[in-house]
Amino acid sequence: MIFDPNVILNHLPEIISGIGVTLALWIAGMAVGVALGFVVATARRYGGRVIDWPLGLAVEVLRGTPFLIQIFLAYYGGPFIGISLDPVPCGLMCLSIYAAAYYSEVFRAGYGAVPHGHVEAGECLGLNRFQIIRRILLPEMALIVLPPSVNLAVILLKESAVLSIITVPELTTTVSAIGSQEYAFLEAIFLLAVIYWVIVEAAARLGRLAETRLSTFRFAAS
Amino acid sequence: MTLPAISVSKLVKRFGTTTVLQDIDLEIPEGKVSCLIGPSGSGKSTLLRCLAFLEEASEGMITVNGEALGFFENAKGVRERLPAGQIRSVRAQIGMVFQQFNLWPHMTALGNVSEALKTVHKVAKTEAEDRAMIQLRKVGLENRAGHYPSQLSGGQQQRVAIARALALSPKIMLFDEPTSALDPELTGEVLNVMRDLAVEGMTMVVVSHEIGFAATVGQQISFLDQGRLLFTGAPSDVFAKPRHPRLEQFLDTYLDRGASMLA
Repeated sequence: MIFDPNVILNHLPEIISGIGVTLALWIAGMAVGVALGFVVATARRYGGRVIDWPLGLAVEVLRGTPFLIQIFLAYYGGPFIGISLDPVPCGLMCLSIYAAAYYSEVFRAGYGAVPHGHVEAGECLGLNRFQIIRRILLPEMALIVLPPSVNLAVILLKESAVLSIITVPELTTTVSAIGSQEYAFLEAIFLLAVIYWVIVEAAARLGRLAETRLSTFRFAAS
Repeated sequence: MTLPAISVSKLVKRFGTTTVLQDIDLEIPEGKVSCLIGPSGSGKSTLLRCLAFLEEASEGMITVNGEALGFFENAKGVRERLPAGQIRSVRAQIGMVFQQFNLWPHMTALGNVSEALKTVHKVAKTEAEDRAMIQLRKVGLENRAGHYPSQLSGGQQQRVAIARALALSPKIMLFDEPTSALDPELTGEVLNVMRDLAVEGMTMVVVSHEIGFAATVGQQISFLDQGRLLFTGAPSDVFAKPRHPRLEQFLDTYLDRGASMLA
């Protein structure tokens, strides 16, 4: 088999659109995942057993089952409980919830890593719970949760390829279709690997940059 | 007679099934330095943390300048928890200094001292920082205002922590082993700041292993052992002629250590 670059060049607009959809789903899914994950971790920390237990169970189920199965269940099982979603919103929902489950664990660890005395100092000075979270816990844990967050972002990007199974028009769907259409599977699969790797590498670099920035500005000389 | 700054009656503190404080009755006189001494595990730090409401007493009552802290007894004599706002306003009269300083590492010294003024008391940034600078000057660190805690020595960090508590103009200052985490060379600068405060007439409660500080600056000494308050009295009664056998034994270990260093 000979590698034919024309397969790629002839389909550039579709490929770019596929990259766009993947990036959009990934970033939106992460944004929702980070926000929801933080809410879940905070609720579990302060909400008492009645809230901690069911949320903990949900997180365990989401982390303990394959993403592929979750998507199938949501897409094909959803209509049975009155939730019929198109592939894109369904995929985005699944990716967000999956991300939230993992991010909630990252933030839970982050909360745990801030010395309790720093919270007590805030309490003694009259800061309420919300002020302690916003002014002490969040900024202190930012540096701690950054590396695992970037790691998780990388995993989520790759997991988003699974959304092709419910025909979300993202990168893997688009490029696989080109491969079938042109009978050029090697080119297609190779191209996929390269594009995902480039995005991952860019994300990792961005993460390292943020880490350096945060550590020099916020914890000077530490 | 003036009202005591803090009054503790029949206080009991349990962690699970372990009783760490048993029937504590104590009055902290206003404008004086009260020291809590005793061996490790005697409950002195726990008692101080109860006064700061960082630990909630299992039984008994604490009043601060006549106001109930955390709990009150209703007409039927049943102990009830006060509303959160009420608890905060009573706690606002108390400043706390920790063994581990507990400065916030992402804020400068000035940021640490001005934070509660800005966030809690809604003081404008420039005014809050002016007021914070006054406190930093008082502890001799105005030239370190822009430094992060990681750029300061332990003694400097503890002085910033004292300035942070003072910035809110508390009526009472609590010190939980403020020099125990410091190199011996650095304890002096912290103790000097505390001496200055004592001279100004600040009501202070100090948990400390610095027997020398307790003997020279302390005006009321309380000795705890195994969760019980065994003795409260003037320093001369405690150090010159310790009548309680357990207290005598405790002080002997300190004297032994001093003597062994001389030998």
